[in-house]
Amino acid sequence: MTSRDEDLLQIAADWKRAGNDVAIATVTATWGSSPRQAGSQMIVDRDGRMLGSVSGGCVEGAVVREAMEIMDDGKPRLLDFGITNEQAWEVGLACGGKLQIYVERVE
Amino acid sequence: MKLALIEELAALATRRQPAALVTDLTSGAQRIETAATATGALAEAIAADKSGEIDIDGRKHFALVRNPPPRIIIVGAVHITQGLAPMATLAGYDVAIVDPRGAFATSERFPGTTLSQDWPDDALTALQPDTRTAVITLTHDPKLDDPALIVALRSSAFYIGALGSKKTHAARVARLKEHGFGEGEIARIHGPAGLDIGAKSPAEIAISVLAQLTAARHQKPTAR
Repeated sequence: MTSRDEDLLQIAADWKRAGNDVAIATVTATWGSSPRQAGSQMIVDRDGRMLGSVSGGCVEGAVVREAMEIMDDGKPRLLDFGITNEQAWEVGLACGGKLQIYVERVE
Repeated sequence: MKLALIEELAALATRRQPAALVTDLTSGAQRIETAATATGALAEAIAADKSGEIDIDGRKHFALVRNPPPRIIIVGAVHITQGLAPMATLAGYDVAIVDPRGAFATSERFPGTTLSQDWPDDALTALQPDTRTAVITLTHDPKLDDPALIVALRSSAFYIGALGSKKTHAARVARLKEHGFGEGEIARIHGPAGLDIGAKSPAEIAISVLAQLTAARHQKPTAR
């Protein structure tokens, strides 16, 4: 299933109203080559159901893990990903770019 | 993000009003601004339709820009349209199909799509093409294509395309000149519409048109 970025917030709201914990991840900045531009979003719920994307599939897994913590404590975080990251091989960007992602809980 | 903010963004989108959700990346505070209330860098971001980081009062903010969705008005509910409409929807466009011939513009052939059986000039005038609208004529019939093109040429549509051979297009150009349009104005029409990718089937022609339209939207020069 694909979704327009414009529709993702609505779907996140629907999931929340249905009683699920939901987090929204938004690309806030990119440097170098990066498949998704600033403003791209992904939503994820407590069961790990996800929609949308923030990269070409490189960092989504790591974002989901962070999103789970943010659903617990409600504190939004700004995440950095790039080839200089310690975990480059695990969650780095194969394309060699860098990006920043803001993750927040739907309240 | 509060549910109320998501609802407010949805309400603004329904009214086709440009807006931005602004997040203070340090405090997490969020608010919505519209094109009417925004100033400075935020107003520029909304006008450019570009989400990104901006500085407001020395603090780092993120502006999530939400403009009304781009739109394609397709004149002619023909075979190519049956490919083009779902592809354009997938690419994020609102699609409106115009064809006064009752047998063509049916909801059976185009489920879930906005259909108009008005005459193309009336239909286009009602739809008000703006800078986020593309108009493509696919009927091959000057009786239907020309009235649509005339309205499109008087609008700020970001893309105007007309299907047909080079010969057909030359005849079209001559007719539009008779209507008083100058060469520069008529040159806005991509005709024959579509990138030259050797498209043969209706679906392939739809791809070539959508590719050309995508390039026009992002102001990327391409071979015609």
